[in-house]
Amino acid sequence: MGENVQTIPGGAQPHKDRTLNRQVRTLRVKMVLLGSSGVGKSSLAVRFAKNEFRDTSPTVGCAFLTQVVHVSDASLRFEIWDTAGQEKYHSVTPLYYRGAHAALLVYDISKRETFIRAQLWLKELEKHYIPGSTVIFLIGNKGDLAWDRQVSVQEGQNLAHEKGLSFIETSALSGDQVNELLLDVGKIQNILKVPLDGSRHQTEYLTVNRINAHFSLMYWISGVKK
Amino acid sequence: MDVEGQRPMVSWENSTLAPVDRLRCERADSPTPGLVEGTEPGAVHQSAMFVHTQSFEDLTAEAEEAQREAELDQTDECTQELKALVVGEKTIEEQHNNSDISSESRAKEEDVSSEAWRSHRKHVFVLSEAGKPIYTRYGTEEALSSTMGVMMALVSFVEAEKNIIRSIQADGCKVVFLTKSPLVLVGVSRTCQSDKELLRELQYIYYQIVSLLTLTQLNHIFQHKQNYDLRRLLAGSEYLTDNLLLRLDRDPGLLLSAVTCLPLASSARDVVSSSLQTAKAKNLVFSILLAGDRLVTLVRKKDQYLHHIDLHLVFNLVGSSSSFREGEGWTPICLPKFNTAGFFHAHISYLEPASELCLILVSTDREDFFNMSDCKQRFVERLSKRSAYQAMKEALKCPSYSVEQVGIPELRHFLYKSKSSGLYTSPEFPHLYQSDEEQERLMGLYQDLHSHLHHPTRPLRSFYRCSQTENLLAWVTSGFELYLCFSPLGTKALAVSAVNKLLKWIRKEEDRLFILSPLTY
Repeated sequence: MGENVQTIPGGAQPHKDRTLNRQVRTLRVKMVLLGSSGVGKSSLAVRFAKNEFRDTSPTVGCAFLTQVVHVSDASLRFEIWDTAGQEKYHSVTPLYYRGAHAALLVYDISKRETFIRAQLWLKELEKHYIPGSTVIFLIGNKGDLAWDRQVSVQEGQNLAHEKGLSFIETSALSGDQVNELLLDVGKIQNILKVPLDGSRHQTEYLTVNRINAHFSLMYWISGVKK
Repeated sequence: MDVEGQRPMVSWENSTLAPVDRLRCERADSPTPGLVEGTEPGAVHQSAMFVHTQSFEDLTAEAEEAQREAELDQTDECTQELKALVVGEKTIEEQHNNSDISSESRAKEEDVSSEAWRSHRKHVFVLSEAGKPIYTRYGTEEALSSTMGVMMALVSFVEAEKNIIRSIQADGCKVVFLTKSPLVLVGVSRTCQSDKELLRELQYIYYQIVSLLTLTQLNHIFQHKQNYDLRRLLAGSEYLTDNLLLRLDRDPGLLLSAVTCLPLASSARDVVSSSLQTAKAKNLVFSILLAGDRLVTLVRKKDQYLHHIDLHLVFNLVGSSSSFREGEGWTPICLPKFNTAGFFHAHISYLEPASELCLILVSTDREDFFNMSDCKQRFVERLSKRSAYQAMKEALKCPSYSVEQVGIPELRHFLYKSKSSGLYTSPEFPHLYQSDEEQERLMGLYQDLHSHLHHPTRPLRSFYRCSQTENLLAWVTSGFELYLCFSPLGTKALAVSAVNKLLKWIRKEEDRLFILSPLTY
């Protein structure tokens, strides 16, 4: 199970936060990882959820992981959909990015074709894009392979700028910049007014203010770093 | 459901094999040669979990096969010509390098013109009807495009005469062809397996590919673009085919068309099954709990049966991929023996992070993830309150048993399959057969016995064989199949008497070794 912190009971009932002994709300963040096969989506997901590095075998279909983060007056339940990059599963991926708060579009900085594919993914996403519902992040992963780089930072930045995406280079192997990425996901608060469809959890959606979101992520990150 | 924890122990003093009290009326008195199906040790009480399969005949004996049989004679002449052609063109057959097989480590980068490549025991190639390479077990597909071109040329050449090429024998080497439009599968083997066995293995590979894509999609693709490079769609899944080929060499279940169970007290298994039965959902068709390569329990929708081939494909998927360990997996999967046209959607997850227990929930709805996740949650919650969970975890510590428990000193190993349940049991490999080579050699011997018992024209009921290293006995009745491996010092009389003793032992242990009361939702 991906859930390794604390299960948040379904339903909008606030529950007691043990450490702070205060009423907290549960807010859900649906996050989807997209990109070519082998760019490190699963490794990033494991880094998010468990702060470990795992060289995983190719994802079959899709993997679902959760990570719960507690903040002063809210719990953030990150629901991470780690999709398979293989072409045969592309027909089912819309299931996962539909209604996502954040779409993480991942490429491998040491493989140019994955950067090109990321742009195709972007086109695909734009077809289903509902303005104000999903924030798209462009992520150059495998930063530890900078010596073998085929895609420059500038190129990534240019693409992101042109399409209005957030951009960051990370390394799931070393954990480098992964925390910063999560910090950026905190910007999510701008777009979380759209409820998710067909969900079984009737928790509230993330509508906390920006400062709060940033704070929450920093809180988490400080925990992760220990 | 009826939990039968307190089923009375069978008394063996009177040395009859009759099951006790309430079973007596349902079962035959003794598993003697006249034993009928459904009463053998390990037979299920109610209806079986699987599609009813007599044996592996249903795998190979498809309609087209019979037709081919008739055509074989006509092709014979033709084959003689082709034999020369193949030997000349491919040179795969010419190398008799019997030295040990080079390590299984990723053989993809291998040079296809090297000795090492040629001397592999078994090659498998998959190509499209346009002759485009799709899969090779060793080497890269690109490097083999001309070889595969020749294979396709052979197939079409024979087809042009309204014939089908089945196999080519060339010194020490067999080339077997299986045409399953739109794919062509070719096996090249140095083993002594029969054509039928090799064909069966190719069928498995075919079903593996179908399970990833569905036959409908395959047909659709090749109808629109004959020249399509299918490797695009199979990219990243080659390892499944590689692993399936390894299993075919090592897993008796694939040979016997049966699966094996985790030995577990029937009282505990029944509790696990009923907990799984309760965690149902509208679109849930099969709930399967695995412990590694062993079945713990399987609950199915009423009137829906799983075929053992489909189950083996699921075993292969779960066993080959570490990705289900990181989170809850959700994947489309085609179960080709159920339906080649469509996808099921499987929720795959481990009960605990480091546990061997893997739960597979098969649904018909691709949007059912949260429902399935919920079913799993309910199952785990229910189960964790019961002592059966602990019993199951204990059972996991010794997932097999040693042959010594049977109490027949000369017996080294055996395979016993109950035909009506589609389940088999087998002890762990004894010390003598610990290495991979020895295990594969023993499996090879079993395969050989198996092909004699299931010979298409002259099937045998029993078969005894002595060799320098072991004595073997195989026996098939309408109820079971039995393969025994004895020390080479034993005698035939001893082997025959051992059968009776072994059957009694299996009858005594059947509660633990088999799933006697499978459930439906």
